[in-house]
Formats: sequence, C-alpha cells, structure tokens
Amino acid sequence: MAGLATSSAEMDLDRPNIEEYLTVESIREAPKKLRLFLDGALIVLWFRRDLLDISPTLKEAAGAIVDDSFTRCFKSNPSEPWNWNIYLFPLWCLGVVIRYGILFPFRVIILVAGWIVFFAAFSLVHFLLGEHNKWKREIERKLVEMICSVFVASWTAVIKYHGPRPSMRPQQVFVANHTSMIDFIILEQMTAFAVIMQKHPGWVGFIQKTIVESLGCIWFNRTEAKDREIVARKLREHIQGVDNNPLLIFPEGTCVNNHYTVMFKKGAFELGCAVCPVAIKYNKIFVDAFWNSKKQSFTMHLVQLMTSWAVVCDVWYLEPQYIRPGETPIEFAERVQDMISVRAGLKKVPWDGYLKYFRPSPKLIERKQQIFAESVLQRLEEK
Amino acid sequence: MGNTSSMLTQYDIEEVQEHCNHAFSQQEIVSLYHRFCQLDRNSSGFIPGDEFLSVPEFAVNPLSQRLLRMLDGLNFKEFVAFLSAFSPRTSLQHKIEFIFRVYDFDSNGRVTFDDILGVLRDLTGSFISEQQRQKVLTRVLEEAGYTKDSSLVLSDFMKIFGNSDLKMEVEVPID
Repeated sequence: MAGLATSSAEMDLDRPNIEEYLTVESIREAPKKLRLFLDGALIVLWFRRDLLDISPTLKEAAGAIVDDSFTRCFKSNPSEPWNWNIYLFPLWCLGVVIRYGILFPFRVIILVAGWIVFFAAFSLVHFLLGEHNKWKREIERKLVEMICSVFVASWTAVIKYHGPRPSMRPQQVFVANHTSMIDFIILEQMTAFAVIMQKHPGWVGFIQKTIVESLGCIWFNRTEAKDREIVARKLREHIQGVDNNPLLIFPEGTCVNNHYTVMFKKGAFELGCAVCPVAIKYNKIFVDAFWNSKKQSFTMHLVQLMTSWAVVCDVWYLEPQYIRPGETPIEFAERVQDMISVRAGLKKVPWDGYLKYFRPSPKLIERKQQIFAESVLQRLEEK
Repeated sequence: MGNTSSMLTQYDIEEVQEHCNHAFSQQEIVSLYHRFCQLDRNSSGFIPGDEFLSVPEFAVNPLSQRLLRMLDGLNFKEFVAFLSAFSPRTSLQHKIEFIFRVYDFDSNGRVTFDDILGVLRDLTGSFISEQQRQKVLTRVLEEAGYTKDSSLVLSDFMKIFGNSDLKMEVEVPID
C-alpha cells in the first residue's frame, strides 16, 4: 500500500472550506507556480467531492428502501378495529352472524336468480332476433344494465351519482380512476358502456366472452407491445360509430387503492375526441373496495363485499374536456388526472401503473448515468 | 426475533436499537419493521433482491446492484444496522465507513483502483469509454498522492473525507 505522499496538495485536505477560495478564475489569475499548486489542490478536492463521494446516490437508494410513493399506491390500509371493548364486541359478533348467516345467503339467492333471468332473456334475444335487429341491441343493453343492478344490489351498494348522465353520441370517450373491477359494474348499471379490458381467465373470462362482447368491447393484452397500435386503431373506429355504446377507459391500467392516482396512459387522450372524466371515490366505512389482485382472487373479493354491510361510493360525472391547442396528449392526460384526483380527493403520483408487473425501463438508469458522465467529461476537458 | 409473528416486543425493539447504536428512535424502528414486513412478502425473515427491485425508485438507482449485494439475506436487525448510516444521529465516521464498504467490493478492507473504477462504471454506464474512465481516475489519483497500484484503507477514506459535510440522511416516516 503506498503511503500518503507528503505533497503540499495533501496538506490542503485538512483545511476547511477550500472550495470557497478556489475558483477557476482565481486560479487563472494567480502566478504560474501558485497556479500549479492550486490546480493540484482543486483536483484533490474534486476527487473527494465529485468522484469519490457517492453519498447523494446512496441517499436516494436508502430513501427508496425506507419509503416509496409507488408501493404506497397499492397498499390496502387496514381500518382500525372498533370492536375492542366489552360492549362493542358482542354487537360486532351479532353483526357477523347477521352478515354471514342472513345477508350473505339472501344476496347469493338474489344474484343467482338475477343471473338465471338474465341468461334466459339474453340467450332468447341473442339467438332468436336477427343480427342487425335494432331492438336486439336495445334489449341487450337494458339486460346488461339490469344484471349490473343485480350485482350492485348483492353488495347493497349505496351509490350517489353526481352530474349529468352520460349520453349516447359519437366522438366521446369516458375515463375513470380504477380501484376494482366493480368500478365497471357500478358505472355500467347507469349506462351500458363498451369497455376496453384485459382478458381474464376463469368465470370472469367466460362472462367477458359472452356478454361483454355484445356491448362492443375491445380486448388488449398487457404483455404484447405491438398490441398498442392495433388497440389504438380499434378505439378510433369505435368512437366514430353512431350506434356504438359510449366507450369507457380506465387509463391507469391497473387497480389502485383509492387514495392515489397513478399515471394516466395517453392512449385515450390522443383520439381527437371529447374526453369525459368520471371520478369514483369509495367510502371505507364498511368495507375497503380496493381489489388487491396480488392478494385476492376476484371471487374472494366479491365474497368479501357480499359479507359486508354495504359498499358506499360517490360517482361524479365531470365536464367533457377537449385537448387544448398546443397541448400534448400526455399533458392532456395529466390535466384530466388532476381533475379526477381533485374531485375524488386522491393524491397524484407520477408512476406508471404497469411497474407493478414490469421493471422500470433501463432508459431511466441511463439518464442518470448520462448526467454524471457529462460532469466527469467536463472536468476532464477543464484540466 | 426469528419467529414469524409480525409483532415486535419492547425487548426486540431495544435489542435492535442497541445493535444500531441508537441511530433510530423506537418509533422509527417500529416503522422500519412495518416496511420490512411489507417487503418481506413470504415472511421468510429476509427481503429477497427481487422485492427491492420491485420498488421502481430503487431499481432506477445506478448503484442498486452493489447495494443489493450488501442487503442480501439481512434479517431485520441487520437491515436497521445497514440503514443506520443514513440516520442524522450517526457519526460522520460511520457514514464514511459505509461509503468505504460500498467501494470495497470484495470486502477485504482495501479499496483498489479497480474497485473505484467499478463504481465509476456503475455511475457513468456507457456514456464514457473505459479508457477515459481509467485516464481520469489515474490522473486524479496521482494528483492526490496515490498511484494506480495503491489501495486505500479506511483511514485513507477518513483522511480524504476529513470533516466535509456528508448529506447522507433519510427520514423514516412514522405511521
């Protein structure tokens, strides 16, 4: 190991605040010998401060380890238990008995009855009436709205709708924040929307294939990159059609815990039509409606809803927005995200919801590397 | 504290606090425990590298791979000790020691030219050529009184950092 050299440059390390005295200008002005000495000291300073001192980068990493805004968006915050004393506990037990023993079976019966009626009527209409029969579409729409109302009744949802109801006309698209798949059902009971959805497996997939298809839905696949262009084209085609059901899009692309909104993807905002924002806020008083798809299957989620007292939520239909001149689709998306977040009392977060499933693009690391590299190269040139 | 219950007893908290030299308050340790449990999804007692990488803010950090090596297999007590370098209550010496450990890739107590080059490579990526990196480092080392073959030990780092102000602190949110 080489010992510490006793150059005069070394000794300057012990003197504090040397950077206040050494600037590039002061070095140029000083006489040559002194200048060489000061050059050396400056390099040593730079060695420590800009090259060896990695503390800012380390600090960022540690900050992310301790707490980060992305994970917070998908945390189900458990509510405080209120049944912790001798008076409330028996009441709570009674509540459990009522909920699981009386309400739940009753709701299941309603749901099953509703489905039977729905399937009977839907199959009749679907197979008996001709392909382009005008009545067919009307009836199918009403039937879908009916089954959604049945669903909604099965969780005893208390929903307050605010604002003018969506109208059936072309050149418009509806966007809403996403907390659970029940968002779709809640909105669907009021208006038969067409949606763009990820194909799911199991019984949900079956329903998607048969019923939702009749509403005029568009399928996408998160994992396919090329898919995006095809989907964009389908979206454009759909909003042109006069007879098509109004299109509902969840631009976050994933379920968020109803305390935050994540980045709105620009797909819905570059169609050149009106964007009607819809804000949904759930009241966690009886149950948390956030569907944490990593923790629960949809079936379990529904069961949880059906064994609680009620699902309480507010839906606001906001004023249709148009892209402003000079505004990019991304800025438009952010503006609408702001509108919805403010209305529903949610905090805005710039992360892409897809980071739940994919790692961040290496471009983000590369950008940081580029900045640091440029500063190193600049110093190299200076000397 | 190797059990799988997610409750910390007062004894546990005090043990952890001792181990990290009182770098964190008891409330902060409880917060850190909630965070540890959140990341340790399978309750295996340590956080797998994948979980750290699922935090986007961490994954985009150029030094993430180096830190993952240091974080690998740490239990909660060691996790808090790791983070103690970032507490405002920790001494400058401890922070410098942490930086030394990040550089000292093979953990042999010596930081060589190649070690520093490695970190520089992580931080600059493909935006500087390898030759330029070596050139910069060699020149700077020479000016500082070292040669390409020198290796720095902890006391060298202490001398180099002296009493400079290291802004290396994070705030632990208290739920």
